[in-house]
Amino acid sequence: MNSSTTSADLGFLVDEGPRRGLMAWLTSTDHKRIGILYLWSMLAFFMVGVGVGVLMRLVQLDTFHHLVTARTYNALFTVHGVIMIFLFVVPGLPAVFGNFFLPILIGAKDVAFPRLNLASWYFYIAGAILALLSLFTGGGAPDTGWTFYAPFSLQTGTNVTLAVFAAFILGFSSMLTGINFITTIHRLRAPGMSWFRMPLFCWSLYSTSWIQILATPVLAITLILVMLERIFGIGIFDPTKGGDPLLYQHLFWIYSHPAVYIMILPAMGAISEIMPTFSRKPIFGYTAIAFSSMSIAGVGSLVWAHHMFTSGMSEFANMVFSLLTMIVAIPSAIKVFNWVSTLYKGSIDVQPPLFYALTFIFLFCIGGLTGVMQGALSINVHVHDTYFIVGHFHYVMFGGTGFAFFAALLYWFPKMFGRMYSKKLIIAAWFPLFVGFNMLYFGMLVLGMQGMPRRYFEHLPMFHAGHQVVTVGSWLLALGLVIYLVALIWAARKGPRAEGNPWGGVTLEWTLPSPPIKENFEEIPVIDHGPYEFRKGGHHG
Amino acid sequence: MVEHRDDFGSKLGMWLFLVTEILLFGGLFIAYSYMRARYPVEFHHAGAELNATLGVTNTFILLTSSLSMALGIVAMQRGQELWSRILVGCTVLLGLVFLCIKGIEWAAKFHHGLYPDSARILTLPQGERIFFGLYFSMTGLHGLHVIAGMGVLSVMLVMMLRGRIHPGQYTLLENGGLYWHLVDVIWIFLLPLFYLAA
Repeated sequence: MNSSTTSADLGFLVDEGPRRGLMAWLTSTDHKRIGILYLWSMLAFFMVGVGVGVLMRLVQLDTFHHLVTARTYNALFTVHGVIMIFLFVVPGLPAVFGNFFLPILIGAKDVAFPRLNLASWYFYIAGAILALLSLFTGGGAPDTGWTFYAPFSLQTGTNVTLAVFAAFILGFSSMLTGINFITTIHRLRAPGMSWFRMPLFCWSLYSTSWIQILATPVLAITLILVMLERIFGIGIFDPTKGGDPLLYQHLFWIYSHPAVYIMILPAMGAISEIMPTFSRKPIFGYTAIAFSSMSIAGVGSLVWAHHMFTSGMSEFANMVFSLLTMIVAIPSAIKVFNWVSTLYKGSIDVQPPLFYALTFIFLFCIGGLTGVMQGALSINVHVHDTYFIVGHFHYVMFGGTGFAFFAALLYWFPKMFGRMYSKKLIIAAWFPLFVGFNMLYFGMLVLGMQGMPRRYFEHLPMFHAGHQVVTVGSWLLALGLVIYLVALIWAARKGPRAEGNPWGGVTLEWTLPSPPIKENFEEIPVIDHGPYEFRKGGHHG
Repeated sequence: MVEHRDDFGSKLGMWLFLVTEILLFGGLFIAYSYMRARYPVEFHHAGAELNATLGVTNTFILLTSSLSMALGIVAMQRGQELWSRILVGCTVLLGLVFLCIKGIEWAAKFHHGLYPDSARILTLPQGERIFFGLYFSMTGLHGLHVIAGMGVLSVMLVMMLRGRIHPGQYTLLENGGLYWHLVDVIWIFLLPLFYLAA
């Protein structure tokens, strides 16, 4: 173990080679630098998305209702969705922590295709720029919602074509990352790093990468068809020309439901790293967690039409998809039980990463269980297109993936930047985050049950009180986010130097100095036991 | 820095990329099957408008180009670099012939007023409109892939001339060949679905 780093030595963060400063970063093929490029760009887009979200909540208060028009409101929820989905949660953990830690966790010097990896980041940025351009050019910001449902997306005068093209480019970035990770895991594991000695985060990245490869092309072609339809009028989704909008919904959700698992699986993987480290004991049910990742990827690809129970499919199709939806809850529950069992009789050390990871489990359970509710046909018909769906979705995506992202960032931050953040400030940020989150989204669940439809600019007086609670919650949540980010940004620049292994972790990244050097390992390690064997010192050896 | 080289890894990456390409067209094949099941008679009538002779000719051309590609790689493996360059060059030229025939075919369709949203198309029954919509989308996207493939192989040619690809290191050429074969295979499915639908 090497924890004695001098303050002059900042590993890969120090520029090498002819270029300095920003250019050295923009041309680097070091997986760690690319991970950090993704981190900062992603957090920037995330905060834009948060800003739009807070504005959407604000106009539901009487005082601020006239801040925007109903048309702008439509644009706001579309933009919020496009930014959060395509620029934050989908690339999310794989692009940041996958890039940074996958090679380190399997004992490699870099990913299989380092230049392709940098190209993926440029695709991501190009897609992001096009998405932002689509807001201000053409007929104005798209107003279809992030799902671009036909036939409205074919008819609206807003700039859907460009926005859809942006999503296509972003899909490209995601697909190339998937190809890169699968090849890396197959080809670059260190000697002795067998499949079942890989840390679980790698398993989750592996299953995620397969979904990225298998599902994203279907979205790509669907979006191409929307563009062709808008430019040339080929008619496939247009009912007036003999096309079928339901076909659009099928093709869209064949990607976009598995995409939900692209978002959540790496989050679950990160939690599976954090739980054993802070319980000081091996993860409970390693194989079960590894295989549940793969089975979520498999079964999760067969449940897409549960988004369409009210779209006019046959009763039989509805029942089949309802059943499959219930089945996908099983591997997810396996993971939750395993995390909790890992804590059992562990020597628990409640540090900020664990604190946020436990919050993830709590919020994800609410999100998961409300998901099972909607898998039931009778409830689904009642709550479809209400705030209940919005609440559920945010519990999974924000409470789940978002909080796992925060937990993973807290866990790996000292390794990535070689500096430690203020634990007090991070815990202080947790209170407004947690309270605000639940006011906001549990409030939405309740409003939805009462019948408040989603995406409405106006609401009936009976929903007044609920909307006020929800909006105040959004302020608290935003406050928590600001404290959290300020604490980390400050720490990245000025924080006290972190040790090589501040948490007592036993996977390979903790054998390296903080931050790691370029190409990670002086010498490729040889692995002779599993990843979480604390008694043997794990991969520490 | 030591040059890291993993030929198996780069081929694995290429195969994974081909999977995404197949799935990209897969979405279109789903759309085609669904629409054909919905409008069987109209697809039959509309298919009769296509020129099967040109379609079959193009199939032969593309298959021949795949052959010359495969032979080009064999030549490279055997160290016959000149032959390899000639054969890969032939592949690119055959791709060009394919595109020309495709262009003649499309031009004839446009001449008869058959293109998406044209006045004539809008008078046709709905199923026939959808047939032509799919025809232009699928052969068009395939055509773009042919152009991309020709671009890739031209880059390979330049790299061969500059000695970057040689009998000791030709994985890139094999990957380019894989891509070209994929373009070929997709066409083999497009032929019966459109030209032989009648």
